[in-house]
Amino acid sequence: MANQRFSQRLYRWLDDRYQLDDLLHLVGKKYVPLHHHSLWYYFGGVTLFLFGIQVVTGILLLLYYKPSASEAFESIQFIMSKVQFGWLIRSVHSWSANLMILSAFIHMFSTYFTRAYRSPRELTWVSGVLMFFLVLGAGFSGYLLPWNELAFFATRVGTDIAGQIPIIGKPILEFLRGGEDVSGATLSRFFGFHVAIIPALITTLLVLHLAFIQRQGMSVPLGMEHVEVPEEKRLPFFPNFMLRDLLLWLIVLNVLAILAVFFPWELGKKADPFASAPAGIRPEWYFLFMFQTLKFIPSKIFSLDGEVIGILLFGVAGVLWVLVPFLDTKSSRGIKVRGMTYIGIFIVMYMIAFTILGYIL
Amino acid sequence: MPGFPPTGTEQRRSFLKYLLGGSFIAWLVAVLYPVFAYLKPPKVGEVEVSSIKVGKVNDFSPNSGKVVRFGNKPAIIIRKPDGSFAAFTAICTHLACTVQYRPDLGLIWCACHNGKYDLNGKNIAGPPPRPLEPYKVILKGDDIYITREA
Repeated sequence: MANQRFSQRLYRWLDDRYQLDDLLHLVGKKYVPLHHHSLWYYFGGVTLFLFGIQVVTGILLLLYYKPSASEAFESIQFIMSKVQFGWLIRSVHSWSANLMILSAFIHMFSTYFTRAYRSPRELTWVSGVLMFFLVLGAGFSGYLLPWNELAFFATRVGTDIAGQIPIIGKPILEFLRGGEDVSGATLSRFFGFHVAIIPALITTLLVLHLAFIQRQGMSVPLGMEHVEVPEEKRLPFFPNFMLRDLLLWLIVLNVLAILAVFFPWELGKKADPFASAPAGIRPEWYFLFMFQTLKFIPSKIFSLDGEVIGILLFGVAGVLWVLVPFLDTKSSRGIKVRGMTYIGIFIVMYMIAFTILGYIL
Repeated sequence: MPGFPPTGTEQRRSFLKYLLGGSFIAWLVAVLYPVFAYLKPPKVGEVEVSSIKVGKVNDFSPNSGKVVRFGNKPAIIIRKPDGSFAAFTAICTHLACTVQYRPDLGLIWCACHNGKYDLNGKNIAGPPPRPLEPYKVILKGDDIYITREA
């Protein structure tokens, strides 16, 4: 009883100063539409939750990790073998990174197929896709940090891909590598990108992304928005949707723990810049479809280097992907363009097919 | 005011606008230039290596290869099945992985994207667009040296 009075007093104290009642009123007015595509609303939240896990476990790893070519590998060995629960923290960080990318993929494609990017939510899409690219960048830069053999060559190839871009490629390559070759300087840079620059950019975009959603409310799939939504077909965000969100986060956390404990992340062999690339080398699954494509492209196409063409095509595709809301303007007028669905299905099928090929070939 | 010559006040105003805008851009350049210059890695004095000793003839059995350090870059030396030697840069011309010798294929192979080169360094299969740059192999008695081709 005394406790309750204390919490009530605390609330009143805060409310006097910050007008919490206004905020609560605002939260109370937020609804989540219920329909047979409502499931997809959860993936944004799951991605956000996994981002939180990344920040927390990342900070913990920072306490022991040493970003230099001579110490990085050994410091992770130390984390995994000597530090109490170090193996768990590192394994969770690696698994969570992968699940986060997967859930971001699902979130992005679900908003694509439901045309959630259409006016007035163009910038929500743009900020989301930019965050997605940054998350891939975080995956790529973080992959190098253990300084193992696979990471070394993945970075060599990945940065060389950037170096293939005509004219600006060479300066970009040197900027990324911190020199001409992948070396300790590259590791320092990637460490800076991974722990400071990329998280700062993601956080900025995330604040915008969430602010846009708060301001505009949640999108309803195209073709469903004119249907009169009865009271019982809307879910109050607070507390109903939030509690479901939290329950799902709890499940995700459990899945993460199971994966991290039963399939601990490998460390591999320490990188040797003067050893051959090992057989069976391949990048992380989320880059595999691009990797496999580069394998298939012939060395010369119309006297141009095949890989340059491949890389430029992926670059153009990436830019078009950011601009989707401005290319499909019909959806803003309520017209569902079938072609956009087919393009989306093609992209998903292409990614899945080439990823599988990457594993079996 | 269309059709009217600008009054003194307007002239002064647009002059000030350009002055202010110009100074702002100059200020921005002065701030950003050091940042961008900082991001560009300095040239590290690279030791120019023109020749290295890779070992003795007997270290290499026919149909074998080894990646060695040539300055800051990897090089590959191969003893062909007929007993003769060849050496190349070990950096794949596709996307810069380090190649290796495959005795089972009798070829130079890149594990990253399945690129293949013959024993003259010529790209013969897979994505590599150019041949490997060759080095000269010099035998001095029992010792093997590789040098840059002049």
